[in-house]
Amino acid sequence: MSCVAVLVDHDRGIPSGGALEALTAARPLAADLGVAVNAVVLGDGELFDAHGADLVAACAAYGAACVHRGRHALLADYGPDAWGAALAGFVEIAGPVAVVAAGTDRGAEAMAQLAARTDLPLVANCVDVSPAGSPADASSGRPAGEAWQITRIQWGGSLLEDVTLTSTLPLLTIAQHSVEAETANSSTTDVDVVDFEPELGPQVRQTLVRDRVTLTEGITLSTAPVVVSGGRGVGAADGFAPLEELAELLGGRVGCSRAVTNNGWRSHADQVGQTGTRIAPEIYIACGISGAIQHWVGAMGSKNILAINIDPEANMVTKAGYAVIADLHEVVPAICDEIRRRRDRPT
Amino acid sequence: MRILVCVKRVPAVGSRINVTDDGQQVDTAHLGFTTSPHEECAVEEAAQIVERLDGDDHAVVVLTLGPEASAEQLRYAASVGGSEFALVTAEGGLDWDPQRTAVAITDAVRELEAAGGLFDLILFGNESADGGNFQVGIRVAHALGRPIVNGIKGIDVGERGFTARRETDAGYEVYELEAPCALGVKEGINLPRYPTMKGRLASRKAQIQELDCAGGADAGGQSRVRLHRPPERASTTVQLGDSAEAAPAVVDLLDELGVL
Amino acid sequence: MSDFPARADCVVIGAGIVGNCLVGHLSDLGWTDIVLLDKGPLPNPGGSTGHASNFIFPVDHSKEIVDLTVDSQHQYEALGLQNTCGGIEVARSPERMEEFRRRMTSATCWGIEAKLLSVDEVVEMVPFIDPDVILGGFYTPSVSAVDSLETGTQMRRRATEAGHLQTFANTEVLDIETVTGANRPRISAVVTDRGRIECDTVAIACGVWSPKLAEMAGATIPLTPAVHQMVDVGPFDALVETNQELAYPIVRDMDTFCYERQSAGSMEVGSYAHRPILHRVEDIPSNEEAALSPTEMPFTPDDFDDQLEQAIELMEFLGDGEIKYAINGLLSLTPDAAPVLGPTPEVENLWSVAAVWVKEGPGVGRLMAEWMTHGYPRMTDPHGSDVTRFYPQDRNVIHIETRADEHFNKTYGIVHPREQWATRRNLTCGPAKARTDDLGAFYFEAGGWERPHWYESNADLVERYGVEGRTHEWDARWWSPITDAEHMHLREHCGLVDISPFQVFEVSGPGVVPYIEKMAVNKCDLPVGRSIYTPVLTADGGFRSDLTIVRLSEDRFRIATGAFDGGRDEYWFRHNLPADGVHFENRTEAVATYGVWGPNAAALLQTLTETDLSQEAFGYGQVRDALLSGIPTQMFRISYVGDAGFEIYCPTSAGLALWDAITQAGRDFELRPVGAGVYGTTGRLEKGYRLMGAELESDYNPVEAGLARPRVKAADFIGKEAYLAAREAPLAAQLSTLRFESLRCAEGYDRFPMGAGNEPVLTPAGERIVDSHGRVSRVTTAGNAPSLGAYLAMAYLPPELAAVGTELSVMYQHEQYPVTVAATGANLALFDPDDSRMKA
Repeated sequence: MSCVAVLVDHDRGIPSGGALEALTAARPLAADLGVAVNAVVLGDGELFDAHGADLVAACAAYGAACVHRGRHALLADYGPDAWGAALAGFVEIAGPVAVVAAGTDRGAEAMAQLAARTDLPLVANCVDVSPAGSPADASSGRPAGEAWQITRIQWGGSLLEDVTLTSTLPLLTIAQHSVEAETANSSTTDVDVVDFEPELGPQVRQTLVRDRVTLTEGITLSTAPVVVSGGRGVGAADGFAPLEELAELLGGRVGCSRAVTNNGWRSHADQVGQTGTRIAPEIYIACGISGAIQHWVGAMGSKNILAINIDPEANMVTKAGYAVIADLHEVVPAICDEIRRRRDRPT
Repeated sequence: MRILVCVKRVPAVGSRINVTDDGQQVDTAHLGFTTSPHEECAVEEAAQIVERLDGDDHAVVVLTLGPEASAEQLRYAASVGGSEFALVTAEGGLDWDPQRTAVAITDAVRELEAAGGLFDLILFGNESADGGNFQVGIRVAHALGRPIVNGIKGIDVGERGFTARRETDAGYEVYELEAPCALGVKEGINLPRYPTMKGRLASRKAQIQELDCAGGADAGGQSRVRLHRPPERASTTVQLGDSAEAAPAVVDLLDELGVL
Repeated sequence: MSDFPARADCVVIGAGIVGNCLVGHLSDLGWTDIVLLDKGPLPNPGGSTGHASNFIFPVDHSKEIVDLTVDSQHQYEALGLQNTCGGIEVARSPERMEEFRRRMTSATCWGIEAKLLSVDEVVEMVPFIDPDVILGGFYTPSVSAVDSLETGTQMRRRATEAGHLQTFANTEVLDIETVTGANRPRISAVVTDRGRIECDTVAIACGVWSPKLAEMAGATIPLTPAVHQMVDVGPFDALVETNQELAYPIVRDMDTFCYERQSAGSMEVGSYAHRPILHRVEDIPSNEEAALSPTEMPFTPDDFDDQLEQAIELMEFLGDGEIKYAINGLLSLTPDAAPVLGPTPEVENLWSVAAVWVKEGPGVGRLMAEWMTHGYPRMTDPHGSDVTRFYPQDRNVIHIETRADEHFNKTYGIVHPREQWATRRNLTCGPAKARTDDLGAFYFEAGGWERPHWYESNADLVERYGVEGRTHEWDARWWSPITDAEHMHLREHCGLVDISPFQVFEVSGPGVVPYIEKMAVNKCDLPVGRSIYTPVLTADGGFRSDLTIVRLSEDRFRIATGAFDGGRDEYWFRHNLPADGVHFENRTEAVATYGVWGPNAAALLQTLTETDLSQEAFGYGQVRDALLSGIPTQMFRISYVGDAGFEIYCPTSAGLALWDAITQAGRDFELRPVGAGVYGTTGRLEKGYRLMGAELESDYNPVEAGLARPRVKAADFIGKEAYLAAREAPLAAQLSTLRFESLRCAEGYDRFPMGAGNEPVLTPAGERIVDSHGRVSRVTTAGNAPSLGAYLAMAYLPPELAAVGTELSVMYQHEQYPVTVAATGANLALFDPDDSRMKA
């Protein structure tokens, strides 16, 4: 039976958040097309021994009727060529009607590799997809037609682009945070698992991950539930100390704006924005950040935003759900004190 | 060593991007143009790699595809470390679909290599600031039969090729590629230099080779209907206070959101 | 975020340096209900203030600009937001070194410390300047850099803390509403995207956006957005090591129109040398659309390359600096490069506060607050900045852009005081233009009109009267010995002067007598056919104008004023019109005017008319309708040149015929056409006649100018109270005529002071002379007195020096020339002081 195939990108067995979003996004698409959602996961025997069951369970929970496990010694760890070749092999074997992945680093890269190998178009960072033959949509002015009608993001989300896609096999990536990952209502434990062994030439070895260096422990900027971010208003590198303290108290991470990295106050790894990290925390605490668009498109996925700024008219303040109009250098330490006071209070 | 850097001319936009009435392109009436940020870093990286090498038979070749005016980006590259420059003139090329772009660039690389020898390394930006299709470099590399890894934030020159670092949430991954190869780099790999005044003046004399390889590229399967701005997210801001005395209200909010 | 107000006394639009300083000063002067709006965010809403280089060179040749600049420096200093680092202007050409001597003259006049530097002295202060490139420098220790954004913030805070001001940023003005007023539309409300504010007064301080805001109300603010390119280059060890924002004086490389200003470790290089790049207001992006700010437009590097090369010539180390920031910064250019301040003529209670540099911002804030509060500024006479100086034909975009294009590259240029515009000429011409062209007229522009200044056809007179030329090119520029020869010829025979650029108004109606009495110091309610020369005063008793009024009939007066004063005077007369009962009409375009003066004048004209032109029948100051060669005219026996004769008014359509009739008849009377050089300078100076804008300014009153009549009329008039007080008060200054005892310069030839307003009168020892009100004595007019064989000047002097015979000196191009007070008081004439020739 044909399917909409979703590449579930993972890091050594742990699926990315984006992959779950992609599974979520694939469900209505598959329903439109009258086919099932299938997941594709790539690994080697060892990886599947350790994480296979969890991966299958996750795929099933998010609506995959069948999980295709591409199994090969060269898939023990990530490699764009290996993943691209494996995906191409999968397409040959399974004949999906569309292939979807997350717009994550790995999802986007593997899909581009697939697209290059098959010489098929790839539409990146889609936010809305209507397959060919779907009825006209009066609200968006979209006509009915043979081609797929897709809306994707440009400029990091500042613009949307409506495109048509004419392809024998539509390849899509789903823009991160454009859908919220939701488990399927009709999730079933009765999921099919199909293994396949792609043919991988030796040349894919070149791009395998050779080594890994861990720089930070624990939670990361893109997964932190709380991000405390500083902008030009922090004033200096050492001005971030209270922000570090607040982030630590809340189990979050410190981020920053482009102005801060340009001034050399913090490393680029902490930068939130179009050319930095895109985040989606429970709450984003933006301290002394004016809210230029380059920053905003990285932060707009946040579920809640608290802006601390002396300027009530700053962009960040007007866009935030909550604001304190005062000097961050006074407010942030006061919040830290208040948190400590409540925690020390015997309950 | 010969390094090729592929760059794209993009408008230098503000926080609100206007679209022309026909919806086909960004309205650049008020705007200047710049090099797409990842690619600006790619030029810098290439310049730094070459500067670290002994000898002077190295080249940083900068290639772009776009309208005549894209020469401005090549001249800028000339002022910040580029040494040879090639322009594939293609009206509307800034908005070409990724397949078509990749074919034209592949042809251009072949032409450049036929004349000047293989590039040890081809650098792309991870994605362009405007289209953000995340695929042109990979398509070109594949067509040329070269390995490529995207998302690179560090490059070291090795005996037979390059060691590249790719940032992850937890740190970075290390890749080792044999030359000739390609890499897609990301902003943050370096802090690009600014042109010096002398560099700017010298860049006026840079020779730009015009390549005629846009003709062979056919439109791909992805076709633009229109560009438009997403609906503004209306928000009403709840002001929790105007002094440090707002701290309890802030902590109440954190509590309510379950992050305390 | 306070509630948006529904009403305010005054709405100021624009929170740049000017708007902020205006609200601060309005609050100080007692305005208690002010709203400040800006479309952008605070503290930098995105206008020109946000990218200003923020430095101040106080020395200028214009008193008005210096007054505003020095006051601004005092205000920045008082706020602790001024860094006085000194500044050096360097010269690459001999012409510029000569200009520095002129700047030394101005600096002496305004009491600003300054010094000419040798090349070595320049290099000692700024060691990275290449000594081989320059010839010398002009050093001003009080040059400073200021924090204009913080100054604005503090000005707002001052007004806010006084409870007088509410500020709303991110608030866009959508419309400015008016209602029918007494004599023109009047401000009623400002409509914004946050709501509508009813208000009495609106001030537009929106910099480059000002024309768009004015248009909303139906008014015009003539300026155009224009690019000033600026780059920030660095870092440089030599600068980083100083650990200071400004360790070195700011350098202006005057001959390349560039500046180099240290900004901590880097250098800002800015230019006024690139091609003029003008924009339209609608081309300026919004804050959201702009990559940087709306007025920091995309840099166009091709336009700046020459400047980069020149900067490297001057300071070689700049070449290795990285260009970290480069903009096409927008600033405001007006048709004549001066600010546009004051009440707009089109809409009552709508004020223009635009085209102001950071160096003048706080001063303009004070000046405008005084203007809006007291009806006219007190700190200085603003006539050079007064927005009403522009005529309607000066307010269209073609004129604004063409003139801005012409003067942009003169920003650091050497501009001669008599310099004429090259563009937008021949637009308004007298009816005899074809004839004056044939006579080789050399035209000066006068209020948009082409006015013959001398005639090449009179070149033969130079030899006849033995007129000498001028040795120094600067003195001889925009000047001709023919003027002196024409003067002699008029005195000996007679001359015909085309004075069609005169601004002619008529006021009429049942309420006209009380109206005209209110406007004029001297009594106007005289018999029909009589004329009145009268000052027009500000409420504070200073000069707002001087003009001639003629009673044409019981209920009709004609007002004639100078070609340069028509805009301001028309505004003032219209502004004071009652709601009904008086009709105002500008007749300038309808009326041609000639002057015929000299010993032969009456006899000549008598051949053309049956009207008896004898003194007995047609006395001085009288006006008669007369047919001249069958052409209906009004003849007015008056003279500004000191010889008997008439001003003759006729319909413009008959102007050419009248010119021909007079010149034809003139053949028998040795008549020559005579240019405005005689009319405006030589003739009037010999007679000691005062000129608005030169001798007459709001800083001085009629008593000081020697124009007070023995008695004061009973009728009330504007400024009467102050005028009466001035008559009683001890005299602080007295207008005087000075005679140059020698014009010989150190080089051994004669120099000729310009009387451009920047030449100080000094004691013989070279000390500045300042009166008890703080006003400096300076030459207001200077020129030849050909009939006396003398060179004269006029100046206000403190009473102890205003005595005939006092020996003083005048500085010109940084040299002192001895003068003697030759006349003082009411009669300043040295030629025919008894007016016997006028009565002949």
